Parts: sequence; structure tokens; C-alpha cells
Amino acid sequence: MQQKESRQEDNRQKIQDIMSRQSSKKKLIDRIMSAFAIICVISALIPLGSILFEVVKNGISAISIEFLTQPPGSFFLGHGGIAPAIQGTLIVVGLASLIGAPVGILSGIYLSEYAGNGVFPSAVRFFNDVLTGLPSIVMGIVGYVSIVLLLGSFSVWAGAFALSIIMIPIVVRVTEESFKIVPNSIREAAHSLGIPKWKITLFITMKSAKSGILTGIVLAVSRIAGETAPLIMTILGTSLFFTGFSGPIDALPLRIWRLASQPYESAHSQGWGAALVLILIVLILSVVLRLFVQSKTGYKLNRATF
Amino acid sequence: MYSSLLQGKHKGDRIFHIVAVAAAGYTLFMLAIIAFSVGDGSKEIFSFEGFGFLTGTDWNPVEGRESYGALPYIIGTLISSAIAMIIGVPISLGIAVFISEMAPRRLSTPLSFIIELLAAVPSIIYGLWALFVFRFWIRDLIEMPLHNAFGESIPFFAQTPFGLDVFTAGIVLAIMIIPIVSSVSREIIKAVPNSQREAAYSLGATRWETVRVAIFPYAKSGLLGAAILGLGRAVGETILVTMIIGNVVGIAAIPSSIFDQSQTLSSLIANEFNEASSELQISALMGLGAVLLILTIVINIGARLLVSKITKVSPGVRE
Repeated sequence: MQQKESRQEDNRQKIQDIMSRQSSKKKLIDRIMSAFAIICVISALIPLGSILFEVVKNGISAISIEFLTQPPGSFFLGHGGIAPAIQGTLIVVGLASLIGAPVGILSGIYLSEYAGNGVFPSAVRFFNDVLTGLPSIVMGIVGYVSIVLLLGSFSVWAGAFALSIIMIPIVVRVTEESFKIVPNSIREAAHSLGIPKWKITLFITMKSAKSGILTGIVLAVSRIAGETAPLIMTILGTSLFFTGFSGPIDALPLRIWRLASQPYESAHSQGWGAALVLILIVLILSVVLRLFVQSKTGYKLNRATF
Repeated sequence: MYSSLLQGKHKGDRIFHIVAVAAAGYTLFMLAIIAFSVGDGSKEIFSFEGFGFLTGTDWNPVEGRESYGALPYIIGTLISSAIAMIIGVPISLGIAVFISEMAPRRLSTPLSFIIELLAAVPSIIYGLWALFVFRFWIRDLIEMPLHNAFGESIPFFAQTPFGLDVFTAGIVLAIMIIPIVSSVSREIIKAVPNSQREAAYSLGATRWETVRVAIFPYAKSGLLGAAILGLGRAVGETILVTMIIGNVVGIAAIPSSIFDQSQTLSSLIANEFNEASSELQISALMGLGAVLLILTIVINIGARLLVSKITKVSPGVRE
């Protein structure tokens, strides 16, 4: 009797031993993997922190009234500024948005309000998604072949056209999703009053979808404002101010690229200054928008996936 | 207030419908313009070089001795993207798991915002930072020690590193694809039903075991899709690569070690486009664009199919 009990006690002890050893091994692996996940997060934060730090640190010393208002001077002496590039970015991006936003919004409205799941709308949705993933330099080739060669000159039109191709798929998707989450009861109430569908869509449903669409447009604008590759082949870059829509023009990303490829210290410093101006335009636009518009809507947009 | 809305019933509806369909059709039309432009731009080089354009290694724009081949740049693109994937995808998965499974809500929301911010930085600024700051970190902290330790025994590390090479390009590309890969992965992990997690936890699984046995297998194809979306980005990225890959042409662009200079399809286009001396050279650059376009279309279609199978919605949208 006594013996049996002690053997049982012994076994229990053994089982507990094994279990605790197993579970401590399990816990160790769990800890290691948790630590790995945290290291992953940190390793993504370091570059972001370093980029912002360097741009602000090196950029601030380059910025002056002359830098923001004068055309480029000598690279070597670091004279002049980036005013034509700022002007050019605003003009090209503005024109691209004038083309891209209406087309994108209308197309998104069609997908959400008019189309079902037929072949045509499905094809539009699918290829729209594919279009978001195409390299921006390909849009440069499109602008070059279809506009620059046609007009015989590098031009604002070509740059704006190339950038609008990048913008449209983003706006289409955001518009469709913003319209889809508007409750049907709103449409039904308006419909029961006898209001035609196009007016319901444009004046009533649009009211609820507006902030989502606005977010999408700002996101697309900040995306195309930072594009360099398509501009090399379309607007070319110049050190002069705007002369007309069918002539070349400068842009901030292009100017940064040219400044960075100069062998002079002063040019690099100007490059950092231009980068600070660009990043301020892009980041302020998206942070301000995020704080003031998006908090009101249920629909959350993830810019990382565009 | 809405009485004015009651007018113009049928005609307005028809017109608006037509306009909306036309706008949607424009999306498909754009794809046609892209295909036409790239095809038209590159037809000269394909009739000059034929199929040999894809397998040639020369890049000689001198008149009378012209010879163009895309192979070194295809290889350069694939190697730099492969490095980006090897480094970027595990980190992105770690971030996705941390944000969706481990972090408390008050930490996960700002963290996903910060990761999104990484996507907001224009690639030209990544390039500037990589050229003037990051490449020296890479050279001094990773490349030199590896080269000193293994340079003589393993040819993989043979080249004396300068920081302007396919390895640095790959790492910066890895940083650039982290936002998209981790965001899409996070959405896919979120789409895994909670019953999967509960079943694993009730069997006594630790958090890691739950991720490993319950979440990863369920989300496998979607996570693969997320990684491939990142690959599409890495393959097509232009200006950043142009600034740090070293820009060599011809046979020299096939890297002999991971610390060797190279060139990608897109970086060569950006580099030579403004200095191109002949129609044929421009057409050769467009030919590189055609190869790049086909490569990225295939990659993107594959990725979208894999991702939408899991989440049933377009990636990028969470409610």
C-alpha cells in the first residue's frame, strides 16, 4: 500500500517534470519569437527616424528666402534656389489632378452605384488593381511615346498625363469603397422622394462619401508629387520658370535627383533643402488630412498598399 | 430644399450613366495605351536585335557598331529584388504578427500609422538618404566585416565594398517594400477566423505556436500574395536604385559578388534616357521597359489573385 502510493507520487513527479521542461522550452521559443517580432518593428522604425532626422538636419541649413524664390544658379557656389521646381511640381501635379480626379471619381461611382458583378465591371476592378502595381517609369514611356513624340517637345502635358495614369487607379478604388459603405437607407429615402438616381448619387450619397474620397485624392496627390522616374521622360527638367504647357518644366523630385548627382558639396546641401520642402508638402498634407477628415469616417484607408 | 433635385429625371440619368461607364472604360483604355506605347516605342529594337535582345549582354550605342542586350539588367533586377525579398519579407511578417497578434490596441494603432508613414516618403528621398547616409552604414557595419572575414575564402563576398552596389540597393528596396508587405499581411492575418486561434490556445499552444500552427497555414497563400506584391514594387522601383546600384553597363552589370556594382532594367532607362544619342538607343531603352512591363504585369496578376482569394476584398481596404 505504502509502496504503491510512493510509486504514484514518483510518477506524478516525473510527469510534472517532463511537462514543466516542455513548457519551459515552449516558453523560451515563444519569447525568442516575440523578441524577433519586436526587433522587426524596430528595424523598420530606424530608417524612418534616420530619414526624417537627416532631411530636417541637412535641409534646414539650406533653406532661405533666396532658396525658395530664385531659379538655380551655380552648382559649385551653391547660389540660387529651387523656385522653378516648386512651381513646376505644383503645376504638373495640379494638372494631373484635374485630369485624374474627375475620371477616377466617376469611374469609382460607376463601379459602386451602377455596376454589378458582371464581366465589364469585374474587368475594370481587376485591371485597375493591376494598374496600381505597374512601375512608374512605364508611365514615363507612355507619356513620351504618346505625347512627347506627338507634340514634338517635352511638355507639361506629357508629365501631367503620365502622372494622371498613376493617380486614377488610386482614386477609383477609394471612391468605390467610400460609396459602398454609405448605408442603403440613405439612397432609398432619397429614391422614395422621386429624386433621379444621378442626383441622389452626386448630391446625397456623395455627401457621406466625400471625406473618404478627399482622403484618397490627397493620398494620390502626395504619391504623384514624389514621383521622379516618369518625369525624366516627359517634362525633362529645366532651370527656368514656367513658359507654357507645351514646354519643359522643372519639378522637385527631378531637381533633387540632379542636385544629388553633382559632385559639389553645396549642390548636395541644396538637394537636402529641396527634399525637406518636398517632404513637408507630402507629409503635412497627409498628416493634417488624417487628423481632420479621416477621424469622422468609418472607412479607413491604408496608404501603404498603393 | 431638394425640390430642385426632382427635375430632369430620365435624360439626366441616362447621360450620367453613360459618362460613368465611359470613365470606367478609360481605365481599360489606359492599359491599352500603355501596351501600345511600350510596344510602339520598342518595336525598332526588337526588329533590329530580334529575340537576341533578351539574351544579349552587349550595350554599345556607338554608331555602326550598335549592339544591345537586356540580359545583364534582367539579372541585376532579379538579384536586387531577391535580396530585398530575403530581408524585407521576414521583417514585414514579424511586424504584421506583432501588430495584429501581440501589441495592445493603444500601441498597434499608432504603430500601423508609423509604418504607413514609411510609405509616404517619396522614393527620391529614400535615394538621397541611401546615397549620403545609409550606404556608409552598410559599408562599415555589414559589408567590410563580411568582406574581411570571408572575402578570401568565399567568392560571394570577394569584391572590396564601396556601399554602391547590388547589396545596398537590395537592402534599401527591402525597407521600401516593408510598408506594403506588412500592411497586406496584417489584413490577411486579421481575416483568419478567431476560432482558429481559440482552438490552438485551448490546446495549450503558446502565442508563437498559435501563429505557426493556426494562422500561418490558414493565411499561407494570402501571405505569399503579399510578398509577391512587394516583389512587384522592388522590380519596378527606379530612381532609388539608379542612385545607389553603381550604374555599370554591358557584361559588367552581371554582379560577380553581392558587393559588386550592377544595373536594373528601370535604372538603365532613367540613367541613359536623357543622354541617348540615337533613335535606336531610345528604342532599346523602351525595349527594357517592355520587358519590365511584362514582368510586373505577371507578378501583379499573380499576387492580386492570391490576395483576393483570402480576403475577398481588394487589399488596402479595411473596415
